[in-house]
Amino acid sequence: MSSEQPYISIRGMSFSRGERLIYDNMDVDFPRGKVTAIMGPSGTGKTTLLRLIGGQLLPDSGSVMVDGHSIPELPRKQLFDFRRKNMSMLFQTGALFTDLNVFDNVAFPLRVHTDLSESMIRDLVLMKLEAVGLRGAHQLNPAELSGGMARRVALARAIAMDPEIIMYDEPFTGLDPISMGMIVKLIRGLNQALGLTSLLVSHDIEESCNIADYLCVVSGGKVIGFGTPEELLNEGNDEVKQFLTGDPDGPVPFHYPAPDYRDELLGAGGSN
Amino acid sequence: MNLFERYLNMGRSGVESIKSLGRATMLLANSTTWGGPGSAGFADLIKQIHSVGVRSLSIIIVAGFFVGMVLGLQGYTILSDFGSEAALGTMVSLTLLRELGPVMTALLFAGRAGSALTAEIGLMKATEQLSAMEMMGVDPLKRVITPRLWAGLIAMPVLALLFSTVGIWGGAFVAVDLLSIDEGAYWGNMQASVEFYEDVIKGLIKSVVFGLVVTWIAVYQGYDSIPTSEGIGKATTQTVVISSLAVLGLDFVLTAVMLGGV
Repeated sequence: MSSEQPYISIRGMSFSRGERLIYDNMDVDFPRGKVTAIMGPSGTGKTTLLRLIGGQLLPDSGSVMVDGHSIPELPRKQLFDFRRKNMSMLFQTGALFTDLNVFDNVAFPLRVHTDLSESMIRDLVLMKLEAVGLRGAHQLNPAELSGGMARRVALARAIAMDPEIIMYDEPFTGLDPISMGMIVKLIRGLNQALGLTSLLVSHDIEESCNIADYLCVVSGGKVIGFGTPEELLNEGNDEVKQFLTGDPDGPVPFHYPAPDYRDELLGAGGSN
Repeated sequence: MNLFERYLNMGRSGVESIKSLGRATMLLANSTTWGGPGSAGFADLIKQIHSVGVRSLSIIIVAGFFVGMVLGLQGYTILSDFGSEAALGTMVSLTLLRELGPVMTALLFAGRAGSALTAEIGLMKATEQLSAMEMMGVDPLKRVITPRLWAGLIAMPVLALLFSTVGIWGGAFVAVDLLSIDEGAYWGNMQASVEFYEDVIKGLIKSVVFGLVVTWIAVYQGYDSIPTSEGIGKATTQTVVISSLAVLGLDFVLTAVMLGGV
């Protein structure tokens, strides 16, 4: 890990939803200026982690520090200010505003947050759209875009305010190989060109290993492995290795906990 | 289900209702004022007034005309028994201005604009547009809810007045053109008996209250909906049911207070 201060630092964080404990006293650091992929089995709350970092959810206990600011303790107005200046998130569905066209979607944060002239906004929007290769599509409506295009427009919108960190929520889900390749290239390219800190929630091990500087494997409310892809593949514990190699059975059992099979089939049936 | 569980469920749903009321109040408190991160502007208000007000015009006008015509017919049959058909204009206009205008408009508004508001906001939530705004540093309460709330508040009294006006024309059409009541009597008696404050303003006060309540229920149901197709469907139905009942209940309370009879 770099010698710099980590960009995000989480200490002793617990979070539960109803009765279910999602994070249990978790500690993790995300380094500045790197791409870190958060991976783990479905339902472990990876997207929840992004929302905790973004301040959309509050932890039950523990601290979430982003660039030296304690996110859960920021008052509402400062939190919105902080998000505007530093953060961006790419949602799984793109979350484009359906009542605005592509151009206005990308222009939205600029119009809301800045006093730039309309011609300046136009230039900026076209530059952002050029970066994702969709300058020619700026008049289309969100309904006319394919899934991959919508995600690229959303990415252009996410970088409109030049954030310090982008959080990608499952950016590869449901994309064809070409669109996926484009998104991979963009994430990597943006990270290099702009020096962004990037967090990526994904199931796709191959793409994540390609793109990420670090992998963070989450399971059972804790971080069970953090390191470069090679480190984890060679030195991670069995559960991490099972996840990365995709073994159906291992420390994470194939079977959901159940009574003994033989008993259930042959036992004093009829009760169910 | 045993007795204990039944009581437990009753208690739970009671607590859930009170929590929901609390969330609705917080939403209202946070979204009535303009300003704040990424607040909506005047243009957004105009756009929303267009969408809830102007687009409800056709249903309000058609409904108003028919209600006025029915009032004319029914009123004529009753009043002619007493030989007082000349009071038909008074009856039609007072009924519309005091009661039917505000109430019918609010009920139609709940069905036409309220359900649309709920569905729109619910879908914005389901497609993560509201979350996306939050992460952009834009407060969705200020950006999305505030202009819609004010648009409903402004549009409702105007629609109610239009409803009453068109209804009075409808009544006149039946009374004067079909039933041959003297035109001068219809309009003259109306002018003599309708008072601006007692009838017109009090009716408008009702429709301002209904405008606030119906729009509040609609935006709250959308904002608080479970973001699935089933959840949004349920929220939309809830909007129409709850706001219709609220309008009818509040109408009684307001009438009692304003007539001063209770």
